[in-house]
Amino acid sequence: MRATVSALIRKDLRLELRAFESVPAMLMFSVSTFVLFHFGLDRSSLAGDLAAGVLWVTLLLAAVLGMNRLFLAEREQGGFDGFLMAPVDRTALFVAKAIVLFCFLVAVELVAVPAFVILLLEPDPGQALPELLAVLLLADAGIAVVGTLIGALGVQTRARDLIVPLIALPLLVPVVIAASEASAPLFAAGGADAFPARWLVVLALYDAVFGLLAYAVFDFLLEE
Amino acid sequence: MTFGRGLRALSIASAALITVAFALVFFYAPNDADQGFIQKIFYVHVPMAIVALCGFVAGGVFAIKHLRSGDRADDLRSYVAIHISLVLAVGVLLTGSIWARASWGHWWVWDEPTLVSFLIVFLLYACYQPLRFSIEDPERQARYAAVFAIVAGAFVPLNFTAVRMAESLTHPRVLSTTGGAMPGEMRLTFIVALAGMACLFVTLWRYELASKSASIQLRSLKRRLAGDDGLAPLNRSAAPQHL
Repeated sequence: MRATVSALIRKDLRLELRAFESVPAMLMFSVSTFVLFHFGLDRSSLAGDLAAGVLWVTLLLAAVLGMNRLFLAEREQGGFDGFLMAPVDRTALFVAKAIVLFCFLVAVELVAVPAFVILLLEPDPGQALPELLAVLLLADAGIAVVGTLIGALGVQTRARDLIVPLIALPLLVPVVIAASEASAPLFAAGGADAFPARWLVVLALYDAVFGLLAYAVFDFLLEE
Repeated sequence: MTFGRGLRALSIASAALITVAFALVFFYAPNDADQGFIQKIFYVHVPMAIVALCGFVAGGVFAIKHLRSGDRADDLRSYVAIHISLVLAVGVLLTGSIWARASWGHWWVWDEPTLVSFLIVFLLYACYQPLRFSIEDPERQARYAAVFAIVAGAFVPLNFTAVRMAESLTHPRVLSTTGGAMPGEMRLTFIVALAGMACLFVTLWRYELASKSASIQLRSLKRRLAGDDGLAPLNRSAAPQHL
C-alpha cells in the first residue's frame, strides 16, 4: 500500500512539474480574484473578518479548479483502467490523490497568501504566523479529502465542471466557517486578537469525519 | 416486488393524524404570548424540517444498503426518500421565511444558524438529481448516487454543529436538552403534528415507490410482448429506471 501510494504521488507530482497543468492556473486565479475583490469591495486594504472571508473564499474557489482537473488524466488517458488492472489496493488511489491535492494547495498558498498579505491585508500577520499555518494546514486537509472524493465523483459525469463545484461548495461550507472564524482575529487591525482554538478542533473533526467517510466509500467510485 | 401493500391503512392513518393535528393547532393549542397567531406556523414548519432531515439521512442509510447488497430496489428507496425530502425542504424554506418575516421583520436572517444550515443542506441535496442525470450508465448512476447520499447524509449533522457554533440565539430551540419552554398543550400539539408529518412522509414515499416500480415492471412486460424494437427508447432520467 505504501509503495503504491508513493508511486502514484511521484507520478502526479512529476506530471505537474513537467506540464504545469493545475498549480499555476490555481495561483493565477487566486491573484486575479484578489484584484477583483479590491475593485469589487473598493478597498485598498482589508482587516479582520472581511480579510479572512476574502482569503478563504478565494482559496476555496481556487481549490475547486484543482479538484476539477485532479482525475482528468486518469479518465482521458486510461489511467483508471491501468490502475484497476494493477494488483494493488484501490484505496491507495484515494490516499495518493488526496495527498497530491494537499500538496497543490500548499504550493498555491505559499505564493497566494503572501500575495494576499502584500496586496490586500492591512495589519502585519507576522506574530500570528504559527496559528495561521495551523489553520491553513487543517483546512487544506479537509479541502483535499472532500475535493478528492468529489473530483472522482464528478470526473465520470457528463457535466464535470458543473457538478464538482455544485457539490463541493456546500460540502465545504463548514471549512469556510471554521477557517475564517479562526483566522479573523489573526487579521484584526492593530495586532492579532486572542486566537479561538475551538475552531481548530472543528476543522480537525471535519477532517477526521470526512477522511474516514471518503476512505470508506471511495472504492465504489472505481468498480467497473 | 410489491411496494403497494398496506398503502390504504397508511393513507387513512396519515390523513387522520394530519386532520387531528390541524384541529389541535387551531382549536386546542394556545396562542403564543409574544408572537400571537403567526406562531402556529411552527406546527407545520418544524415537523416538516425534522422529517425532511430524517428523510435525507434515511436516503443515506438506504444508499449504504444499496452499496452492500447491490439491490436496485434500495437505490430506488434512497432516490425516492431524497426526492420527497427535497420537496419538503422547499416547504420548510418557504414557511421559515414567512415566519421570519412575521416575527423578526425580515424574510431572511443570516445570523440564524438553523435557517442557514438548512439552506446549505438544501443546496447540497439540490445537486443530487443533476448528478444522477449526468451519468448515463444505470449501474454507475446508482452507485455514484449512493456515494453522494452517504456523504451528504453524514454531512447533515456535522453541518448543523458547525453552523450552530458560529451562532446567535434568535431561533427558538424547540428540541433542546431542557425540552424547551413549551407548555403542555403546545407540546402535545407539536408531537401530534410531528407524527402526522412523519406518517405523511412514509405514505408519500410508499406511493412513489409503488408507482415507480409499477412503471418499471410495466415496461419490462411490454418488452416481453413487443421486443426491444416495439418500445419507445427510454428518456434519460434522474430516477432509477430498472429494478
